[in-house]
Amino acid sequence: MTMTKNSLLAELIEGAPPSDGRFGPYGGRFVPETLMAVLQRLERKSIELLADSGFKAELKAEQRDFIGRPTALSPAPGLGERWGAEVYLKREDLCHTGAHKINNALGQALIAKRLGVSRIVAETGAGQHGVATAAAAARVGLPCTVYMGVIDARRQKPNLERMKLLGAKVILVETGDQTLRSAIDEAMRDWVSDPDGTYYLLGSVVGPHPYPWMVREFQSVIGHEARNQMIARGGGLPDVAVACVGGGSNAIGLFRGFVGDPEVELLGIEAGGRGGDGDPHSATLGKGSPGVLHGAMTPLLQDAHGQIEDTHSIAPGLDYPGVGPEHALLRDLGRARYESVTDDDALDALHECSSAEGILPALESSHALAGAKRWAASHPGARIVVGLSGRGDKDIQLLTGEVPHD
Amino acid sequence: MTESFGSAAIGEAIDAASGTALCAYITAGYPSLDGFADILTAVAGTADVVEIGVPFTDPMADGLTIQRASRVALENGVTLEWIFEVLGDMAPSLKAPHLLMGYYNPFLAFGLDRLGVAMTETTTSGLIIPDLPIDESGPLLETLQPRGLALVQLVTPTTPEDRLIRLTSAGGGFVYAVTTTGVTGGDAALPTQTLAYLDRVGSAASLPVLAGFGVRSRDQVETLSGHVDGVVVGSALIEAIDRGEDPGVFLEELRPAAVSA
Repeated sequence: MTMTKNSLLAELIEGAPPSDGRFGPYGGRFVPETLMAVLQRLERKSIELLADSGFKAELKAEQRDFIGRPTALSPAPGLGERWGAEVYLKREDLCHTGAHKINNALGQALIAKRLGVSRIVAETGAGQHGVATAAAAARVGLPCTVYMGVIDARRQKPNLERMKLLGAKVILVETGDQTLRSAIDEAMRDWVSDPDGTYYLLGSVVGPHPYPWMVREFQSVIGHEARNQMIARGGGLPDVAVACVGGGSNAIGLFRGFVGDPEVELLGIEAGGRGGDGDPHSATLGKGSPGVLHGAMTPLLQDAHGQIEDTHSIAPGLDYPGVGPEHALLRDLGRARYESVTDDDALDALHECSSAEGILPALESSHALAGAKRWAASHPGARIVVGLSGRGDKDIQLLTGEVPHD
Repeated sequence: MTESFGSAAIGEAIDAASGTALCAYITAGYPSLDGFADILTAVAGTADVVEIGVPFTDPMADGLTIQRASRVALENGVTLEWIFEVLGDMAPSLKAPHLLMGYYNPFLAFGLDRLGVAMTETTTSGLIIPDLPIDESGPLLETLQPRGLALVQLVTPTTPEDRLIRLTSAGGGFVYAVTTTGVTGGDAALPTQTLAYLDRVGSAASLPVLAGFGVRSRDQVETLSGHVDGVVVGSALIEAIDRGEDPGVFLEELRPAAVSA
C-alpha cells in the first residue's frame, strides 16, 4: 500500500497526462458514446499542443499580453498582523476579466482554434468562467454560447451583462437545480448535438479525461509563478498554500507549484454553507462519497440511492456537488488536506481583507482567506500563501442585499 | 410467459418479432407509483422488448420529455429497490423480456454485485447505461457476464469504424444504434447517410440492431425497417401516456402494416 501510494504521488508530482485518464481510482471518461471519438481527439491534440514549442510560445505571449501575467504576489501585512503570520496573496483577481478562470479559458480557446471548430460552448456558475470564455472566444474569433442557471444569473447579474457585451449568447437554464450543475448538464447536451463542430470549454478540473489534466496544466501557471515569487522575495518556500475548492481549478493551479515540495502543506477550503447540522453545503471532499457525475468518477454529494443532492454556498463558484478527481487523490494520499468554512466565516474574511488590505476578494476566494486565518491561529509566525482566485466586484449585489443569497 | 431471460432471450424476442421489432421505453414510477403496473403490463403486451427507465437527477443524454419524467419519478420516490420490488411481483406475468436503462451512478450506489443478484431474481435481462462507455465497463461486465446478462452497447454516427466493430460484438442483447447526435426526444430526420450508417452497423454486428433516439412515427419505422432489426421508442411513448392514450394502442399503431404474405 505504501509503495503504491508513493508511486502514485511520484506520478502525480511528475505530472504527465494519465494514460488511462485516471488519478488513482478517480477520473476516467464516463460519457455517452457520441462524445468518445471527440474526447479521444481532444486528448491527442491537447497532449501534442501542450508539448509543442510554438503553441507554448503563443500561450505565453497571450498570458502576458491579454491576461496580464505574471500576476502580483502581494504581501498582506494588515492580515498578517491580525492573524499573527506572514501572509502573501497570489493575485489572480488582477487577471483580465477578474479571476483565474481566464488562464484556462484562453488556453482552451487556443486549442479550439487549432482544432478548427466553428463555435465554443461553456457553462458558468458564478459567471467568471462564462465571462472569461466569452472574452477568450472573442480574442480567438470564435462565436460562443454560455449556459447559466437562472438562480446564478439572478445572483451574479453583472457577469451576465458582461458576457453579453463580450458577444456571447447566454442561455439561462431553468431545468434541474438551476445552478452550475444544471448548466453543465445543458452544455453537455448542446455538445452532444454537434460534437465535431462544437468545442466544449469546460471551466474546472472536472469532467471526462482529458479535461481534469488539461485544465490543471493551464492553471498551474498560478503555482509556478507563486513559487518563483516566494523564492525571489528571499524568504524561501511558504509553510502552507491555501486555496478555495469548488471544482478545484484555482486550488490545483496553486498546489501544482508546491506539490513537489513536501515541506509545503497544501490546504483546500470547501464551502460549508450555513454550517448547521443537515443544512445543504458544498463540502464534497469532506463529506461526499465516490460516484460518477459529468463524466468522471469522483467524490460526490449524493444520497444512498446515488441521486445527486442539492448543494448550497453563498459563493456561486463553489456551489457544486462534485470535485476534481486529482483533489480526491491528493486527499487520499495525504498530500493535501481539505477543510470547510461557513458562509458567515467567508463573509467576515471578505470584510477583513477589504479593510485591512484594500483588496475586495470574491466570495469564493474569501473561503480560502477564512481557512487560512483558522490555520494561522494554530501556527503562529508561519508563512502563508493564499490563492486570491478572483475579485469581489461581481458580489456587490449579494453583499448589499440587493439580491438574496440563494 | 417469459420462460427465460438474459442476453439470449433478448435476441430471441427480437428475432421472433413479426417484422420490425418494437422496444418500448417507459420511466419507472411514472406518472405515478400506483399507475406504473398497468402501463408496464400494457407496454409488455405489445412491445417485443421493454426498457424500464431508472430515474436520475442529472440525465445528460436526455431531452426535456425524459428529463421531466425522471424528475416526476424521483419526486414519487422511485428507487432501484422499489423497481426490483415491483419487478419481483410482475416479471413472471410480463409478456416481453425487460431491461433497465439508466445512468451509471444509481447502479453504482446500489452495488454492482447486489445488482447482478437482483437482476437475476427479477428476470431482468440486461442494462443500457448511456454514460458508461465500453472502456469503463469492466467492473460491471464482471457481474453481468457470468450471469448471462446483457450490457447493451450504444453506437452513434460519430463512432469510428474500428470502435464500431468492437462495440457491435460486445455486451450482448442487441446493438443500440443512436440515429443522430444529440439527446433523446427529437424527431429523427432519416437522410440517406443515416440509413447508410445503420447499414454499416448492421453489417458489422452479429447481434440484432435496434435504432433509437427521435423515433416517433410509423413512417419512420417503415423507413427504418429495411435497415435495422427493430426500433426503440421512448419520448414519444411518454408523451402518449401524458396525453392519456393507451400505451399499448399507441405502440401497435407504430408497427408498419403487415407485409402481405
